Amino acid sequence: MKPPMKPIYIRAVGVAAPGLQGWAQARPVLAGAQPWQALAETPYAPQLLPPNERRRAPPGVRQAFRAAEDAQSACSMDFSQLAAVFASSDSDLTVMDRINRALAEPVRAVSPTDFHNSVHNAAAGYWSIAVGCRQPSTAVGGYDGSFAMGLVEAAALVHGDGLDVLLVAFDVPPPPLLAACRPLACAGSIALVLGSEPGAGALARLHLSLADAAESSMPDADLEALRVGNPALRGLPLLQAIARGGAARVVLTYASACNAVLEVEPA
Amino acid sequence: MNALAISHYTVTTACGPGKAALLQALRGGRSGLRHGQFEAGAIDSWFGEVAGLGQPLPPQHAAWDCRVNRLLAASLQQDGFSEAVAALRQRYGAARIGVFVGTSTSGVQQAEFAYRDRNRAGNRLPDWFDYRRSQSIHVPAEFARLLLGLSGCCMSISTACSSSAKVFAAAARAIRAGLCDAAVVGGVDSLCLTTLYGFNSLQLVSAEICRPADARRKGISIGEAGGFAIIDPQWSGPAPALLGYGESGDAHHMSTPDPEGRGAQAAMQGALDRAGLAPTAVDYINLHGTATQANDLAEDRAVCALFGEAVPCSSTKGWTGHTLGAAGMVEAAIAMLCIEQGLIPQSLNTEVPDPQLHGAIVRQTHQATVERVLSNSFGFGGSNCSLLFGRLV
Repeated sequence: MKPPMKPIYIRAVGVAAPGLQGWAQARPVLAGAQPWQALAETPYAPQLLPPNERRRAPPGVRQAFRAAEDAQSACSMDFSQLAAVFASSDSDLTVMDRINRALAEPVRAVSPTDFHNSVHNAAAGYWSIAVGCRQPSTAVGGYDGSFAMGLVEAAALVHGDGLDVLLVAFDVPPPPLLAACRPLACAGSIALVLGSEPGAGALARLHLSLADAAESSMPDADLEALRVGNPALRGLPLLQAIARGGAARVVLTYASACNAVLEVEPA
Repeated sequence: MNALAISHYTVTTACGPGKAALLQALRGGRSGLRHGQFEAGAIDSWFGEVAGLGQPLPPQHAAWDCRVNRLLAASLQQDGFSEAVAALRQRYGAARIGVFVGTSTSGVQQAEFAYRDRNRAGNRLPDWFDYRRSQSIHVPAEFARLLLGLSGCCMSISTACSSSAKVFAAAARAIRAGLCDAAVVGGVDSLCLTTLYGFNSLQLVSAEICRPADARRKGISIGEAGGFAIIDPQWSGPAPALLGYGESGDAHHMSTPDPEGRGAQAAMQGALDRAGLAPTAVDYINLHGTATQANDLAEDRAVCALFGEAVPCSSTKGWTGHTLGAAGMVEAAIAMLCIEQGLIPQSLNTEVPDPQLHGAIVRQTHQATVERVLSNSFGFGGSNCSLLFGRLV
């Protein structure tokens, strides 16, 4: 047997989901100190994007930025020096819907902006422009296992390549035509800043391994509905363990016969 | 980093199924690109189409049937690849072998068909459309994992045209971090209207055959391809090896490369640094070389800034077309063929070299001692990846 993987430190958290509007507000809700409430959703304009890119950014990218900017707001690290992993099941099906509608018409007039927004790494590209980051960035998608897939790649960047990493998982509901084939209950995103050292103010330490184990659920029915309603929010059990602050074992949906097992401890 | 053995690899392109067909085409200077329409009524262009994808998948995999999965299944059957994975499974166990697959569009062609067939009055897609097993970006990795009987860590990477170069980097670091012991890496992308009309909307599709590094180059010819490789850190026989990799972001523009090529240069430097090698150690550079004005110029600047103007370099997209999310894997396979066969391929279809380019563009395919090859892959969103291949020593 190989020795277990070295620990990963969580340096910052960001979250955006119904009733979870930023880590500062979400933390006591996830810890069970305050009840979850379905707060009204407000549109979000990314703060870090230059005006041209802000105008062109589709809903998926905006949702990704919402959690990433939340994580950044409470973290002293230089985000232009972080490697970035963007994990999303579907990236942005509103864009794909417009392209596929155009392709079904005789003239097939695809919008160039839609096309460059259709790449799965659109959020990663916008992010690198927003923070001037030339560090490695990537975009992964694992259907309902997307959050864990992003976490696995982030862990490999931390311990395989020695980098500090921003992980952003995000997904937004598809437009009506595609919603029947890929129903998502809500928009959601989670951002984590991960490193091999605790630094100042690390929130938790975790050990990652892979096993054919049953996934964790959220004890609260409203929060469980969020978890199963959006692939990015499959990461909520990890955020709950961080919010509670004790030691916990959580298992996140990843791939068939292979889930992500996290031993979470206070940093 | 320690060199990682590539114990087996395979590639299927418009030049034919398997490595031998591609090698033969490279030696003979025969392009796999053909002029025409790959779908009735679509734009005339030059395409790198893989033959024989008309047959549906066998009944046990009928739920996964779509062009990209047919291409994936066909490519896994070449060069004894599936058998080699079975042997690997015996040695490491299914749960310790990772699967890392790059694609840009996965099975989006099924969505194109579904939208055409949709019930417009009822605003419904047809019942046969299965998003989960066609359009989802995760489909190729999941289907490969199913076909190969593997159950370890799994990564679907989709960073446009650098996707299947980055799988080598992701697998190398996952092995180093202890997430898996060995890896199957690959890339697959199939022809579809989304990319044809998408690139056309940006005026990047050439009406003529693509001419990388040519003064009159007009853009890309789109191709399709599938390819796979086994990274086996314990392999001890003679084999090509991944010596280094470098990844970077341009932080410049969503669909245009940084004209200074700074991100590209950082990726190439990263690959050299990981290998612990100087630029002089590289015998040949397989360029990203899409044959767009902007790419070839920016890449040339980056190459010359790092390597000077003497290292032989060429794009092989004149043979295969730009296979997008599969390009990294296709060109990794070409890099390994060049090392194993002592081959330096010409820049096919280049007639009048662009005087603005200062790199040593190869005009004639020739034999040479090739110990190390650098392969570049750059994608939309400024996603850059360079891979350095050599021999296991």
